[in-house]
Amino acid sequence: MTQVSARRTTTTAEQVDFEAEAFKSGRRSGGFGRGRSKYLIGAFLIVICLVMLMPIVMSVSASLKTTQEAAAVPPTYFPSELSLVNYQKLWSYGSGMPRYLTNSIVTAALTIVLTLALTIPAGYGLARFRIPGKEVIFMFLLVALIIPYQALLTPVFLMFSTLGLTNSLIGLAIVHTTIQLPFSLYVMRNAFESVPHELEEAAVVDGANSWQVLRRVFLPTMVPAVITVTLFAFVTSWNEFLGALVVLTKDTSLTLPLVLAAARSVTSLGSTDWGMLQAGVTLAIIPCVLVYLLLQKYYVSGLLSGSVK
Amino acid sequence: MTNHNKLTGLLYVVPALAFVMAFTAWPFLQMVWISLNDWSLITPPTFVGFQNYVDAFTDSQFWTSLRFTLKYTLYITPILMVGGYLLSLLVAKNDRLSRLTRTVAFTPVVIGLGASSLLWYWLFSPNYGLVNKLLLDLGVIETPVLWLGVDANVSLWAVIISITWKVLGFGMILFVAAIQAIPHEVTEATMVDGAGFWQRVRKVILPLTRRTILLVTLISVIGSLLAFDQFYLMTAGQPRNLTATSTFYVYLNSFPYLKLGYGAALSMILALIILTFTIIQMVLSRRSET
Repeated sequence: MTQVSARRTTTTAEQVDFEAEAFKSGRRSGGFGRGRSKYLIGAFLIVICLVMLMPIVMSVSASLKTTQEAAAVPPTYFPSELSLVNYQKLWSYGSGMPRYLTNSIVTAALTIVLTLALTIPAGYGLARFRIPGKEVIFMFLLVALIIPYQALLTPVFLMFSTLGLTNSLIGLAIVHTTIQLPFSLYVMRNAFESVPHELEEAAVVDGANSWQVLRRVFLPTMVPAVITVTLFAFVTSWNEFLGALVVLTKDTSLTLPLVLAAARSVTSLGSTDWGMLQAGVTLAIIPCVLVYLLLQKYYVSGLLSGSVK
Repeated sequence: MTNHNKLTGLLYVVPALAFVMAFTAWPFLQMVWISLNDWSLITPPTFVGFQNYVDAFTDSQFWTSLRFTLKYTLYITPILMVGGYLLSLLVAKNDRLSRLTRTVAFTPVVIGLGASSLLWYWLFSPNYGLVNKLLLDLGVIETPVLWLGVDANVSLWAVIISITWKVLGFGMILFVAAIQAIPHEVTEATMVDGAGFWQRVRKVILPLTRRTILLVTLISVIGSLLAFDQFYLMTAGQPRNLTATSTFYVYLNSFPYLKLGYGAALSMILALIILTFTIIQMVLSRRSET
């Protein structure tokens, strides 16, 4: 985890811009593809795409069936009649979907704010100051990565009980922040390190203090890193299950993944209410897929810089 | 940089430092202490030394869950690695279809494990699910297969199928990045030599992407060793807790059973196993850098 390796990581991430000029020529290292085999591969890739999309399409399709059709044996592939009844049932399930969605959104927002508030200054401090024992501090901060949070849930639960943070979205956001912290810190430090020194020096000569330098010089160039960190914090928090299962027990405080797990035991016409369950799955999937399609570039570059630790 | 005070720099790091101390380091120390006690939350803790660890070694359910977790890891890792790598070779070019396939194959990675598990829980349902429906329609099977929670092996494979769908794109995207980072001249040179595609893969592409292969292997090993959501939601540990993973067993002991001391000892063992793999990952990735 030396500085050298950190710099290397930055380069790797930048090299892999999928739109990069070098690859537009079409001929590229690694790919198959001359003559007839090109069509075979093309056909195979289309099959792959269909197989990967099929489960999601089927879930959406099941969510649009009528109650009778969703409970049919054998099942139908596509609804013979479109219906929103599953979404209506889901909307009024338990304490009501608006409540659960709010819980999920609030937790994700708190996780994002907390993660950014901690890692922007820390990345700045670690990348731009000669702090004594800097590498030791950085290593210590990354222990959160080495100790899996799954193993720490018992003591965290006990601590939260004393602090009154069980059944609290702030408590859950703290758990989600500990999950996201090492990755985010890594991304932030790399981003701060890649800013040229000249920009900073000019501001210092003008008499700006370190806080002003952070705000005026660095933050504008940090936008991609902030988007990456926000994106991953959102996805983690929105989807996280085990931590939520431990921290939240009261029905009104549940987040979406827990509600879906509970909705499994709702029955309709003698079996699980499959239509409603898939409506829930669809609802949980939509924001993740949307955010991914809109911000794909940040997703991939974040994944590369974050996983090459 | 030189003008700034050293202490100012430290000040910026303090909040993150304090947070990690409070919510990771401190709980970890507490866990060490809890693991040395007999504690069921309703009764006060009594110090028992290493008794919980001794108990774990003679607890057959602990071994069952650990063996099952290792088996799951051992089966799924090669599938993900070989599958992800082959796929990445097919889509490493930047033509439109390759780019589309990359985007589509990565989509399941971004959705939650909980949502994907409940999606597959339905697809694998014996009477209402589409997996049996499709296999019956194609004439592959004659009676519905009881995929989840009846037979431990069948359940394991059902979960493996769902997770392969969910995370294959993760390895693929990292492999594509590594393949694309190979300098153009290197591949050009082998093309001039008249090397065939597989020869190029073997002699150039595989060796030059070694670091990424290693990394993805370890990420997926660690992820598999910590598996919880997919089993909790798809099999609920059934039949007879045979598909309860290590994390699942830690969860059962700590929360529903409230055996806090014992749960903490199991957590420590699990953390130690993960730590071993993390250290291997760090050492290997550092060595392959030079």
